[in-house]
Amino acid sequence: MNPLNELSFRDVSVRFGGRRRGVTAVDRVDLTVPAGTVVGLVGESGSGKSTLARAAVGLAPLAGGAVLLDGRPLPRTPGRDEGRRVQMVFQDPYSSLDPRMTVGASIAEAAPRGDSATARRAEVSRLLDLVELTPERAGQYPAQLSGGQRQRVALARALAARPDVIIADEITSALDVSIQGTVLNLVRDLQRRLSLSMLFISHNLAVVRYVSDLLAVMYLGRIVECGPVDDVLGDPQHPYTRQLLASAPQPGGIPAALTGAEAALDTAEPADPHHPPAGCRFHPRCPVGPLVLEGRDACRDTEPDGAGRRHEAACHYAVRSSAPTAPHNTRSTP
Amino acid sequence: MRALAESAWLRFAARRLLRLLFSIWVLLTAAFLMIHLIPGDPVRAALGVTASADLVNARREQLGLNDPLWSQYGHYLRDLFAARFGTSTISGLPVAQVIADRYPATLELAVYAFLVAVALSVPLGLTMAVLTRSGRRRRLELGFTSTSVFLGTVPEFLVAATLVYVFGVRLGLAPIAGRAGPGSYVLPVLALAIGPAAVLARITRVETLAVLEADFIRTARAKRLPDRRLYLRHALPNSLTATVTVAGLLLGGLVAATVLVENVFAWPGLGSTIVSSILAKDYPVVQAIVLVYGLGVLLVNLVVDVALALLDPRSTIREA
Amino acid sequence: MPDRLRTPLGLSAAALLTLVLATVLLAPVLWGDRADAVDTANILRGPSSAHWAGTDGLGRDIFFRVLVASRLSVLLALLSTGLGVLTGLLLGAAPLLVGARLGKLVTAAVNIAVAFPGLLLALSFAVVFGVGATGAVLAIGFAIAPAFARLTRTLVASIAERDYIAAARIAGVGRFRILVRHVLPNIGEPLVVNATVAAGGSLLAFAGLSYLGLGVQAPSYDWGRLLGEGLASLYVHPLATLAPGAAVVLAGLAFNLTGEAIVRGIGQTTPLFAAARRRPEPRPAAPIPSAEDVVLAVEGLRVSFPAAGGRHVTPVRGLSFTVRRGEAVGVVGESGSGKTLTALAIAQLIEAPGQVHAERLEFAGQDLRQGPTRAQRRVLGTSLAMVFQDPMTSFNPIQRIGRQLAEVAEQHQGMSRRRAWERAVDRLRAVRLPAPERRAHQFPHEFSGGMRQRAMIGMGLMGTPVLIVADEPTTALDVTVQRQVLALLEDIRATTAAALMLISHDITVVGQVCRRVLVMYAGRVVEDVATADLATKARHPYTRALLAAVPHLRTDRDLPLTVIPGRPADPADAPAGCAFAPRCPYADDLCRREDPPLEEDLAGGRVACWHADLTAAPPAEPARAGEPVE
Repeated sequence: MNPLNELSFRDVSVRFGGRRRGVTAVDRVDLTVPAGTVVGLVGESGSGKSTLARAAVGLAPLAGGAVLLDGRPLPRTPGRDEGRRVQMVFQDPYSSLDPRMTVGASIAEAAPRGDSATARRAEVSRLLDLVELTPERAGQYPAQLSGGQRQRVALARALAARPDVIIADEITSALDVSIQGTVLNLVRDLQRRLSLSMLFISHNLAVVRYVSDLLAVMYLGRIVECGPVDDVLGDPQHPYTRQLLASAPQPGGIPAALTGAEAALDTAEPADPHHPPAGCRFHPRCPVGPLVLEGRDACRDTEPDGAGRRHEAACHYAVRSSAPTAPHNTRSTP
Repeated sequence: MRALAESAWLRFAARRLLRLLFSIWVLLTAAFLMIHLIPGDPVRAALGVTASADLVNARREQLGLNDPLWSQYGHYLRDLFAARFGTSTISGLPVAQVIADRYPATLELAVYAFLVAVALSVPLGLTMAVLTRSGRRRRLELGFTSTSVFLGTVPEFLVAATLVYVFGVRLGLAPIAGRAGPGSYVLPVLALAIGPAAVLARITRVETLAVLEADFIRTARAKRLPDRRLYLRHALPNSLTATVTVAGLLLGGLVAATVLVENVFAWPGLGSTIVSSILAKDYPVVQAIVLVYGLGVLLVNLVVDVALALLDPRSTIREA
Repeated sequence: MPDRLRTPLGLSAAALLTLVLATVLLAPVLWGDRADAVDTANILRGPSSAHWAGTDGLGRDIFFRVLVASRLSVLLALLSTGLGVLTGLLLGAAPLLVGARLGKLVTAAVNIAVAFPGLLLALSFAVVFGVGATGAVLAIGFAIAPAFARLTRTLVASIAERDYIAAARIAGVGRFRILVRHVLPNIGEPLVVNATVAAGGSLLAFAGLSYLGLGVQAPSYDWGRLLGEGLASLYVHPLATLAPGAAVVLAGLAFNLTGEAIVRGIGQTTPLFAAARRRPEPRPAAPIPSAEDVVLAVEGLRVSFPAAGGRHVTPVRGLSFTVRRGEAVGVVGESGSGKTLTALAIAQLIEAPGQVHAERLEFAGQDLRQGPTRAQRRVLGTSLAMVFQDPMTSFNPIQRIGRQLAEVAEQHQGMSRRRAWERAVDRLRAVRLPAPERRAHQFPHEFSGGMRQRAMIGMGLMGTPVLIVADEPTTALDVTVQRQVLALLEDIRATTAAALMLISHDITVVGQVCRRVLVMYAGRVVEDVATADLATKARHPYTRALLAAVPHLRTDRDLPLTVIPGRPADPADAPAGCAFAPRCPYADDLCRREDPPLEEDLAGGRVACWHADLTAAPPAEPARAGEPVE
């Protein structure tokens, strides 16, 4: 029995470029977006989170593994058959709408074929209403809309394909702070009303926390920690998650001071995706790693595995989980 | 890191060399096909309708035109490497000698014209950019733009004709034909240089304007550097990268434009020779001159790429 | 003709083109006979009332011959352009049409062909196709094709990268439909423009070939042929050359200018700042007491730019604040609030046509309102450090990092090249850049974003800054790097006693580093509040809304986020009263009529709101119904 509307990545790898100078942007990632839940994905630039999103909809070629919907592999051509059930909203609302097409035409194009023109018009109006825009907007061009309004249109276009899963890639990072809230509210509202499954990607931990049920943390192409959002943020297991959490600005927070261990690693050069470090990829920047603590040489040469640890934290020194692996992210048995 | 930088240069050199060799091969093959694509019998065409069939056939045999195409291609390549270019069907002179006699005049013309064009256009474009930046001096900008568009449009042979009329016929200041003494260079070089100079000045201005808007110019201004340093050390080298690219294309075009200008000034170079050879159907000469021009263009492109790599440390890597 | 083409350039181009096309259509019909009339009595005559441009070697009227030749000249040029454009389009779209592998081969061939000048290609093709009009059309057509193919390919590739193409693919829109609906409409304009310019080019090229005798053959004649015939008699009869020459140039310009006019029409967007409304000057804020340790004193700062219709837009409208020695002041605002322009105005980096006015603008004891003297440049160059938002573009890409730091010391401290370089390395070490000696020799692109921003801060430390102005220094960086850079700035402030002015859109970032926050809205400071009081004692409705609208790690996930209705104020369209009134739940008639002054309160903060005392209570009426007004 396969659960409905469940998107899962199985051992997914994505590579760009040639054999010698290529980059493995996504490296053997396992991740499940259970039906009707929002999985937040955080990570810094170059961590591969956007590539994973593009892989989900077939825009990035898989070098290994599979993307499954309801346990069945999705076609690798974007938009073909079952693939239409997974839709994506992009970061930049200024380049994700065709400037030469009216809002209505852009939305209608994504709607399933075969409807009459009248039915399509009605559908466009319904979708615009869904994203809290008036039906008159259908005749306007993207240039006539503000950033927030464009992002609503982009959302409506994604919904037009009647998707079961939505991939939202940094959808608020191009918006002004006072507009960001309206789009986040709308996304949450729609997700609940339409019981969509959603992969919500952002570099902003606070934004991800607000929207998501589960949280996955990505570093250099690998998922390093994954679990219910409150658990992960309340009791982070991976040192990188802890660093992200400590770095997130908090209101009334004290001026950002670095801990001793962090100050020692302050000047560490950032990771180069072309040459990922051996062993644990985080070890050159890890405040509890071999550069700081004695006797942690395992980090240098053995790649940690999340299996059996709390939040599946891929760290040699993360706590073992007491209970068997949480049901939210197990491999579904074929 | 240093080693990596060196290997980036090595990779650049290898890649560029490979491209040059490939381009040369394409050029050689194209020149070969050019002759063999001519409809009808080139020998018959060259010798005229009155020539006897035996004569034509003997000539064909002598030129190897009766062999299969691939074997002709092999001979052609072998002859080229042995620097055997054949003989002119009209004058009977060895083609190599015709080229050797003619190419220095053309080369001189092109080089001088290019130098004049660059010397005129880069300072002019830079000055115009500084004077008209962020919408200042609209009239000056309009005047400069329309003049440069106009000068860029007028074809070289018309410039040449006008120069001949004004300076040669009307004012009698400069010799108008032939290549004798420094004075005879003035008009042909000017005729060749004016158009490219106008285009290049426009490009330099546009590129410099774009650079002056860049963040790093704001940084340089925040450092309170004197204007001279700001424009010459920070703005100009950056705008030159785009200018050099265009200059390379223009230089290529300039090499070709010598054909027209040489005809106006009866300049004893390759350009006047190729036209008379085409009209006379002297195909060995035409083929050789096309090869020489083509090689010139390829060399110019090579020089431009190397110059770009030297100017902009990113360009060797960017292409990878 | 669309409005945007109704420029002097557009109109004259259109007039010229109409003239040329009319001549093409009418001249052979009207004057064909007169152009061919042989008059052996009048050979090679100069201009006269009977023959305006004189006669040629057979006594034919040159003026009419030039007019009549227009048809053949333009027709052949258009033919070859059409051939070239069509071939180019096919070659350029090849990767889409014939698959990747074959497409790659075509692309490689096009790349090589494009390097060769058109005339050379045309000459080679002329050899193949033979001497004559047909040969010349084919030759010029195929000579244009490579450049057009390259253009098509570049345009298609740039559009294919756009997100809307990706969105259409995901939605299941087919390849062909994407090409027709999304790609072609978006590359149509540049293609048409370039085809127009190419027509002008091929007209001139055709004249060249005909002039050389390789194009149109007698007894037909085009402008190039007339030119060639005329040139032989340039001495006796210059007009025979100049008349067809002028015709060629005129027709060539007609095409080129039309292309140019369309380009400008397309490129023209709405002006940066649309027409601004006249508005009453805001009342001056309370004067700021002068103090010994004041590093920067600003009163009534205004920055304005000229806008359409001779009016001015003023994105910074009467700003007053001081920064004391060693103080960390934050400036917070949305896009369009004028925070960056404020920083640039302080640093004297606003260039004409922008204008800076201030009642007082003093930095380190220098009155900056009088033009930059030598001494002022030195003070600004050594005592003011600027850190910009995007460290990628803020360094000169083709100069070594060390050099860019060193030139500050060479310029202002009179150091030798070597001493300055050593100082640069030392400063890079001071900002904790790993391996500074080696790094100083590198170029900006070899640095990561965080390292570049460190180097930028190090550049500011070449002198002995008393004020560091950092404009969104961490916006382009990852959060972990952001924290390091903020910590570095804080560290420098603490150890060197330099004041820090940190500008950001993120109120939480500012709250972490700064003691005091200036909240900007529509070019004014609306609140000046201590960071410690921000969460509890902020009084301006905008400040409070901003705090509530941004989710943080303790936001209640079960409640919807507080939303500020409407969209950020447009500097070009500031309302008469309080600029925040249209988005403010407390706004009344007074707010809409009069701009509140920035007034000091008892706690030492300043706030510009008529209802600053009310804001603790909930607003009277709930905002929003239906579509949120953005």
